[in-house]
Amino acid sequence: MSIRSAAPATGTGTAPAGPAEAPPRSPSRPRRRPRVNWWLTALLAACSLTVLVPLYFTVVTALKKPAELAGAGFDLPQDPQWGNFAEAWRLTGYPQAALNSALITVGAVLLTLLTNSMVAYAIARNMDRRLFKGLYFFFVSALFIPFPIIMLPVIKQTSMLGLDNQAGLIFLYVVYGLAFNIFLYVGYIKSIPRALEEAARTDGAGTWTVFWKVIFPLLTPMNATVGILTFLWAWNDFLLPLVILSSPSARTLPLAQYVFQNQFSSDYTTAFASYLMALAPVLLVYLFAQRWIISGVLRGAVK
Amino acid sequence: MTTAAPPGRRTRKPVGRTFYWMVIPALVLFVLFHTVPVLQGFYYSLTDYPGYGSHEFIGLQNYANLFKDDRILDAYLFTFQFAIVATILTNVIALAIPMGLNAKIRFRTTLRGIFFIPNVLAILIVGYIFNYLFSNSLPVVAEALGIEALSTNILVNPDLAWLGIVIVATWQAVAFNIIIYLAGLQTIPGDVVEAATIDGAGRWRQFASITFPLIAPFFTINMVLSLKNFLQVFDHIIALTNGGPGTATTSVSVLIYTGGLEGGEYAYQTANAIVYFLVIVAVSVFQMRLLQRREMSA
Repeated sequence: MSIRSAAPATGTGTAPAGPAEAPPRSPSRPRRRPRVNWWLTALLAACSLTVLVPLYFTVVTALKKPAELAGAGFDLPQDPQWGNFAEAWRLTGYPQAALNSALITVGAVLLTLLTNSMVAYAIARNMDRRLFKGLYFFFVSALFIPFPIIMLPVIKQTSMLGLDNQAGLIFLYVVYGLAFNIFLYVGYIKSIPRALEEAARTDGAGTWTVFWKVIFPLLTPMNATVGILTFLWAWNDFLLPLVILSSPSARTLPLAQYVFQNQFSSDYTTAFASYLMALAPVLLVYLFAQRWIISGVLRGAVK
Repeated sequence: MTTAAPPGRRTRKPVGRTFYWMVIPALVLFVLFHTVPVLQGFYYSLTDYPGYGSHEFIGLQNYANLFKDDRILDAYLFTFQFAIVATILTNVIALAIPMGLNAKIRFRTTLRGIFFIPNVLAILIVGYIFNYLFSNSLPVVAEALGIEALSTNILVNPDLAWLGIVIVATWQAVAFNIIIYLAGLQTIPGDVVEAATIDGAGRWRQFASITFPLIAPFFTINMVLSLKNFLQVFDHIIALTNGGPGTATTSVSVLIYTGGLEGGEYAYQTANAIVYFLVIVAVSVFQMRLLQRREMSA
């Protein structure tokens, strides 16, 4: 329900930042007992089933015939029904919804990276000025305002301005992202020595050039974090598309599931095929960029 | 704004004009789409605006009515009950699993990768999957095992439906919390734990007097963020119960959404949203103070 699911750990200044990002295998000193604890490994593997079983269930149910659904439903499908996916593809308007989700997510991520970092740079380099410091707190304080307060006025505003579509949604993600992203970027930019900029400036570069040529490339780790968080937020978000989008052709994947659920609530095998297709893109991305995503999310949380 | 700095303070270089141009467009848009709606929301909360047509200024009437409304009270009770149980459950599980992941085990990276999966999935869709599990699979399994209480769909039972929401919310939130605690555990130097082992401290003793105090800041982050997020629970409920049966699982967010958008209570529910905002801020600040004092004394 919040505009951004994570909030800054305000006041927990004691949170160690640096070493937290190290990959899990840490001890560099020679180990005396390299013995693997197999019992614990087995126990954790059993715990991981709580995550895997619902996913397994989704896959097998998506491939069953409706007649096979009786019982607990954990058995494999006798004769995989690939046609369920074609049916879900058609009924949920998958291509359109997936395209909308992709468009909105990519647009939100790119624009967020380009604009939010720039705003944060201007603020971070002028934090000794009362005006910019005030701006910092003004943006960041918005994190505490829950979406329901602004929900109704924003709906009216966007529909009045003709922003009740994909472009409007991109725009809102970029603007609302400012609160948390400025918090992330400013903390990071402060740690970049000014000497780098001074050097470029003496070579005659202006603020604009300095930012794009010197600072922006240095922001890569934070850009990754902001990009990943924005990606997960925009891709998975339900409430904002639900209230902002007016035309059915603008539907995102979660919204298409919601509409489908209300229309064809008893067609379970097709429903599960459509859930799987809606989850698949993000699962695939996760499979290949797992390390990146985890460390990106982590950097955003324990900064 | 750009000029007229007081003469005494002219020691610094003036702020370059480019810096202003980097900030102003974003500021204007943010004010327009965030600050103005906040103020509008506050104004409407002082009127009897139903969401359409005309309205009159009625002062604090909406706020007074909130406290007399059983629906509101029930929604707050449910939301807090849910959020407190889910926060505790999430943090207990999310503390236990990283302890294991940090020990000498195999497949650590793979396991960590699996535990994090729920964090990248859309809650709404996860909710739909669990909805089916609760209503169709769990009763069959429970019956086979002879567990009477679970042999019917828990989501249609007014006394048990909230547990279904706790389970899904915990399933999802644990992923994020595990990663934070794991990061915390890796900040603890190995020799500290080793020294304790040599001194003969048992496992529980080690956890209570060394590990936990050292990751206390991470505990604070997780407790505050979990409770704050759970208090705003919305997607889970839409997918699992839609607030029902009856109004048994109507959270404050769900009530604001349904009442404000569909029930013609725009002004009234906006007043509710503002009270709710104050409650969340108060709870977060209180929690932060409390936990930070613990950090100090631990």
